[in-house]
Amino acid sequence: MPFVTADNQQGSYDVIVVGSGAGGGQAAYTLCMDGAKVLMLEAGRNYAATESSMFRTPDLAPLAGVATPDKPFGFYDATVDGGWTVPGEPYVRASEDDAGRFEWWRARMLGGRTNHWGRISLRNGPYDFKPRTRDGLGFDWPIGYSDLEPYYDKVELLVGVYGTNEGLENTPSSSPGCLLPPPKPIVSDYLVRERGKRLGIPVIPGHRAVLTRALDYKRIPARLHPGNARAQKILAEDMRARTPCLWATPCGYGCAVRANYQSTTVHLPPALATGNLDITTDAMVHEVTLGGDGRANGVNFIDRTTGKQRHAAARVVVLAASACETVRILLNSRSARFPDGLANSSGKVGRYLMDTVGSSVGGQIPLLESLPPLNEDAADGHQLYVPWWLYREQLAGKLGFARGYHIEFGGGKRMPGYGTAAGLAWLTGGSYGVAFKKDVRRYYGSFVWFDGRGEMIPNDRSYCELDGSVKDKWGIPVLKFHWQWSDHERGQAAHMQRTFGDLIEAMGGKTDEPVKTDGADAIAAGGSIIHEVGGAITGSDAGSSVTNAFGQTWDVRNLFVADGAVFASNADKNPTLTIMALAWRASDHILERMRRKEL
Amino acid sequence: MDRRTTLKWVMSIAAAGPLVRAGRARARTPPPAGGGYGTDPDLSVSSRPGEPWPLTLTAAQRKLAALLSDLILPADDVSPGASAVGVVDFIDEWVSAPYSDFQRDRGVVLGGFLWLDEESRRRFDLDFSALDPASQRAICDDICDERRAGKAMRDGARFFALYRDLTAGGFYSSPVGRKDLGYAGNVPLKSFDGAPAAVLAKLGLA
Repeated sequence: MPFVTADNQQGSYDVIVVGSGAGGGQAAYTLCMDGAKVLMLEAGRNYAATESSMFRTPDLAPLAGVATPDKPFGFYDATVDGGWTVPGEPYVRASEDDAGRFEWWRARMLGGRTNHWGRISLRNGPYDFKPRTRDGLGFDWPIGYSDLEPYYDKVELLVGVYGTNEGLENTPSSSPGCLLPPPKPIVSDYLVRERGKRLGIPVIPGHRAVLTRALDYKRIPARLHPGNARAQKILAEDMRARTPCLWATPCGYGCAVRANYQSTTVHLPPALATGNLDITTDAMVHEVTLGGDGRANGVNFIDRTTGKQRHAAARVVVLAASACETVRILLNSRSARFPDGLANSSGKVGRYLMDTVGSSVGGQIPLLESLPPLNEDAADGHQLYVPWWLYREQLAGKLGFARGYHIEFGGGKRMPGYGTAAGLAWLTGGSYGVAFKKDVRRYYGSFVWFDGRGEMIPNDRSYCELDGSVKDKWGIPVLKFHWQWSDHERGQAAHMQRTFGDLIEAMGGKTDEPVKTDGADAIAAGGSIIHEVGGAITGSDAGSSVTNAFGQTWDVRNLFVADGAVFASNADKNPTLTIMALAWRASDHILERMRRKEL
Repeated sequence: MDRRTTLKWVMSIAAAGPLVRAGRARARTPPPAGGGYGTDPDLSVSSRPGEPWPLTLTAAQRKLAALLSDLILPADDVSPGASAVGVVDFIDEWVSAPYSDFQRDRGVVLGGFLWLDEESRRRFDLDFSALDPASQRAICDDICDERRAGKAMRDGARFFALYRDLTAGGFYSSPVGRKDLGYAGNVPLKSFDGAPAAVLAKLGLA
């Protein structure tokens, strides 16, 4: 009975997992494969990747599929009932100006944001867990790279990640056999790599959760679940059901053949096959309930199908609702014992919210004009990327900002759409008529773009709290966001602009807009990169952090956080792979403590 | 659509500016009513203009829309003209869409249609659609590049820039447009071979 309504849940579970994305999906997988009885509660509707709009073309969509307030990443984006705004579920911003704005992306669907994410899967390196030790800023994590390394290996083996081991500084290598071969580069990739080399910028294969070949279903299950024949059998069967990449159609549409990672394509099917997982969708959790013994005994949720208040009970509660939603649940779980929110004796719940530093530059490259027809769908981009490379210059004090960024870039003859011939006047001098048609053919596929993704250092002015008056449509108090960047992030954004301008120039091209020299102008709004983490940070003492090294809250020992909220720093590496590795590790810890009857 | 494209699109809309207000005040067609397609539309249904929300351009506006689209993308030896591949329906759907950004574009487009006829009557004493092709081009030549357009032509140039984007948007997102550009993707492959050696050699990258 895997999908259950609020009425036919079992009386009690070993573990309630709130949220079904990268953290919740991984927690449910790990717990169920080892025999724990789990109830997963998802605020949004049920969703299967077979709903994906793979291969659909823009002419079949309203408005050629461009973004609208209903579908902010375009009509075919996999996101359901989500975006920067969710009807009936407002949030509040302390500031509306560019510097102080925070944008909150949510997806109300099974699998959450994993259904549409970029699939970029980078490991944090050893420096990234001990940033304060290196430069005196922010916080160290209570764990180091070696603690998480085996879990990175496991996650890569389970979900399937392509990439290579290059042995570059703070850019870890995976254990042998973990990575799938990288996809072959497209024409513009070669050009970026060659010209990047001239500038001393290393361009190497990207890491993405896309199957460039079938997973080794004979070997991997035994490696992931030693001594657990049943788990091995379930996983082997599931891995056989996943098809390698078809080299077409954007990953963000969702993948009906399960060639890339979504919680709904990788974590949930085998977890359901164990028979240990019940999932209730349309279950909006807003409160963790406490027993008289001070331990969590379940959660209160709104059944969105009826609007009724419900309760579910378990020995252990795992919050993985996404960083800010997890914070909201904690702050809304108030009691005489925890008047300021559950697990908040430190006052740190909601504090140290971080996003990724983002800045972009695009340009046009004459060398890439008028190339013959080419199929450049490839792996949907990110065949190659640039890891942060200026460690030495930074140590020597030459950069003027702390921490680094990596570069994502793209180009090629992508599926023509609304933007293909839009805004070309800067190149064509405003042509129209037959001359315009010729211009469009000439310039199609000759554009490249560079996106910087950099590390934000946690600060006291970037946080969320409950708003004093605004409530959502169910009467649940909503979050109010406060946001400020520091000179480190602004300096990074300006450096990105300069670097991307240099790269485009080295390719013989020109930028479509002048490179921005003011970092405040160059930096994308807080939250807009959708890498928000922090709010229940992990630390080594109860006074200055919310969770310990296993995501266990200091205040309530059977309450765990398994999403991005626990991040004590936000390295330039995209957070999803690390969320999964942490969730796996936390779940192993929960299993072990349950076996010892400590939970 | 990736983030960058989204952002670019949003910015191009935001750049539309003052003409919008003029257009809103002057446009005679009432603004569209009703909601959008919602946050959970059926992605498997092929949507034709007029289905998600009613089209709202008048017959006269559609006639001018067709004329102008074909001036921007006429038939040539590779592909047909814009109006023959449904670009007018696409633009009608766009300016009829019940979202604020699109309603802003509606103001620019309808205002631009009025501007075009006013300018045409000022110069030639005729509506734009009644002009001979050379006179039509004379006006377009003055508004086809926002950077070159003088102050008097600025509103017309803003309109033309948007209208060219809309025409090209409808045209190149169609099967005809994909074929025109030689798009070779969106087909399932057993393996992806990467950039062909001959192309890399031509670029000196082999």
